[in-house]
Amino acid sequence: MQTPGKTKPLTLCDVTIAIDGRMLLCVSATVMPGDVLTVMGPSGSGKSTLLAYIGGFLEPEFSAKGAVRLGEEELIGLPPQRRHAGILFQDPLLFPHLSVGGNIVFAIPETIRGRDARRRLAEDALDEVGLGGFFDRDPETLSGGQEARVALQRVLLSQPRLLLLDEPFSKLDMALRQQTRELIFAKARIAGLPTILVTHDRADAEAAGGQLIHIGAETQS
Amino acid sequence: MDIPVRERIRRPIGTGLAVLLCLPVLAGLAGTVLPAFGYLPALGGAQFTPGHFEALAAQPHIQRSAFVSLAAGLTSTFIALVVVAIFVAGYAGTRPFAFIQHLLSPLLAVPHAASAFAIAFLIAPSGFLVRLVSPELTGFLRPPDWLIPNDPLGLSMVAGLAAKEMPFLLLVMLAALPQLPLANSRRLMSALGYGRVTGFAIAMWPALYRQIRLPVLAVLVYSTSVVDVAMILGPQLPPTLPVRIAAWLADDDVGARFLASAGAVVQLALGLVAIGFWIGIERIGRLCHRRLCSSGRRLAADRLLRRTAASITAVSAALIFTGLALLALWSIAGLWPFPDRLPTSLTIAAWGRALAGLVDPLAATIAIALLSSLAALAIAILLLSLGGHGKADRWLPVFLPLLVPEIAFVFGLQVLATGVGFSPSIATVAAMHLVFVLPYVLLSLGPPWRALDRRYEQIASGLGKSSLRTLMTIRLPMLLRACLTALAVGFAVSVSLYLPTVVIGAGRVTTITTEAVALSSGGDRRIIGVYALVQALLPFSGFLVASLVPQLLFRQRRAMRI
Repeated sequence: MQTPGKTKPLTLCDVTIAIDGRMLLCVSATVMPGDVLTVMGPSGSGKSTLLAYIGGFLEPEFSAKGAVRLGEEELIGLPPQRRHAGILFQDPLLFPHLSVGGNIVFAIPETIRGRDARRRLAEDALDEVGLGGFFDRDPETLSGGQEARVALQRVLLSQPRLLLLDEPFSKLDMALRQQTRELIFAKARIAGLPTILVTHDRADAEAAGGQLIHIGAETQS
Repeated sequence: MDIPVRERIRRPIGTGLAVLLCLPVLAGLAGTVLPAFGYLPALGGAQFTPGHFEALAAQPHIQRSAFVSLAAGLTSTFIALVVVAIFVAGYAGTRPFAFIQHLLSPLLAVPHAASAFAIAFLIAPSGFLVRLVSPELTGFLRPPDWLIPNDPLGLSMVAGLAAKEMPFLLLVMLAALPQLPLANSRRLMSALGYGRVTGFAIAMWPALYRQIRLPVLAVLVYSTSVVDVAMILGPQLPPTLPVRIAAWLADDDVGARFLASAGAVVQLALGLVAIGFWIGIERIGRLCHRRLCSSGRRLAADRLLRRTAASITAVSAALIFTGLALLALWSIAGLWPFPDRLPTSLTIAAWGRALAGLVDPLAATIAIALLSSLAALAIAILLLSLGGHGKADRWLPVFLPLLVPEIAFVFGLQVLATGVGFSPSIATVAAMHLVFVLPYVLLSLGPPWRALDRRYEQIASGLGKSSLRTLMTIRLPMLLRACLTALAVGFAVSVSLYLPTVVIGAGRVTTITTEAVALSSGGDRRIIGVYALVQALLPFSGFLVASLVPQLLFRQRRAMRI
């Protein structure tokens, strides 16, 4: 897994996102390795779009500018796979045609060679989140919380350079949400990943404990 | 700004490619329209004149021919769509539905000609249905003197077309269905007290219809301009317009050639009129739907309606099944006098006679179908990955061959092909087929392609995988079933193509289909049985493979088994 020393701070410099000439957000911030920047805003405020811009999959109807740097390196010019932003969505989105373990093996970088070594790595990762022996299971047979944990390990084993969280807790029930949240933040901290969390849940922001940015109109209702 | 720039380049490339792919149609149309107005230097037509349309108008009963084509197309499409829609609404997601689906899937693309023969063998005065009740109920000792099939109103043709289009429409609905939240909406609507059909109509139908609209229009245009089915089941005096055009084209007389071109232009207009009528029907349908939604009527007691639709679906499938069995039986029948229900003896003599002539067309059919469907699948994947997330409208150029009656541009294309010196070969016929196969493949693959959650690919690229790798390891495997289905659809379309094969093949490349239709006038039921059966079995095998492979590969992946 990632060694903390190798990771770098993430800097957003005047990142603005607009649609049809209407500006949605403008953000500047620096996220240190292991820290979490929480971006809060109502739905439609463009917070997911911010993650898409950083990750490299902005829909063409949006226009965006501003620098996103990891250490000294400018990310925006790079294709998404070279930005290597691990992303967790609301849904775990395990690849349904692969086994649980297959999902994780897929994520392990190619530099780690050997079928057995890769499998062992994946098995250990499953073990670590209480899913030992789940390697050959069909993802479809997992519970919501189990899926979320597999998705987390999948992202972490790919050795991402930063972590983008798009409300990954919102579909979990209260108890599970708390647990998963703590697990993800702890893991991100250990891996030393600069992390951006977008959410509309205040409790998420509090649990993250880092900087907090509000965007968009004040939350209605 | 690497990605946005790439995106900006990719889309025009995709659109450009799509436009390129519809050039054959436009060129073919030009090759048809110009002669219709008298311009065809090769045949001495150098001046534009409306004379050929006047000559066309002077043909006996030409309006009746056109009207029957139009009415048969609209009626058969409407019946097929309504029945299948109610069947899907009533049963999709249930166990019996899955059963019927698997039962039907091999039937989905029985070529039109084969199913027309199957129905003809059933309903003809000397056919199986009459034999079944003769002479006990009818007293017939000789076949009655009925004008069936080939009745002047085209009713047998309507029945044949509707029965044939039902499996196709079912296929496209099934392809679109996994993208809709069927199970959830079923639960929700039944919790609100709605009947299955009404609940489905309210919650699912608009989204479903949007996805299948193009295939429905294609069915409409096809049914309005069909040649082979109309030759087998349609009226004879006068035949439908497309059949008459085809006859004029086969005529060596130069005047007939111009007449055919003018007829093809009228056929083109007829297709547009049919689409116009259909849009009217859609409007009315939308009004009814809106009233249904706001009325709050639950119509929970819809069992009769559901059962009826399911019965019609099942019966029409059973008709084709039985008809195919009859074809098989006729192909091995010895003496089979009326009104005996079964042949008095069996013999493989017909197969023996047919075999020698069967091998070459069979090999040609398979080669052409494989070439054209594989090429179409590759092009479809390329087109979709170049910008498959945009609106389907951008692909409209590719779909042109479905919305333009084939008779209106195939001949023009042949003129051009001969002009530039192409001689008929497997490759040229396959290239011609590609024009027809590609839209169906794209239609089949497009909805599942667009409906696949893009976040899967975003996750994969976030995991550090290149877009090619993501395509190969995530998207295509997740869409394996859709790809194989698209391939089988393409294969079936190619196998069943009659007119383009006849025209481009020019007698030098013959397929099972052209041979079978050519035999239809001869009336040797045993040989027709052999050819129609072989023709029907080909797509059968394609769909069998397409449905079995994913079951086999993904037997441990519940989410992959729909």
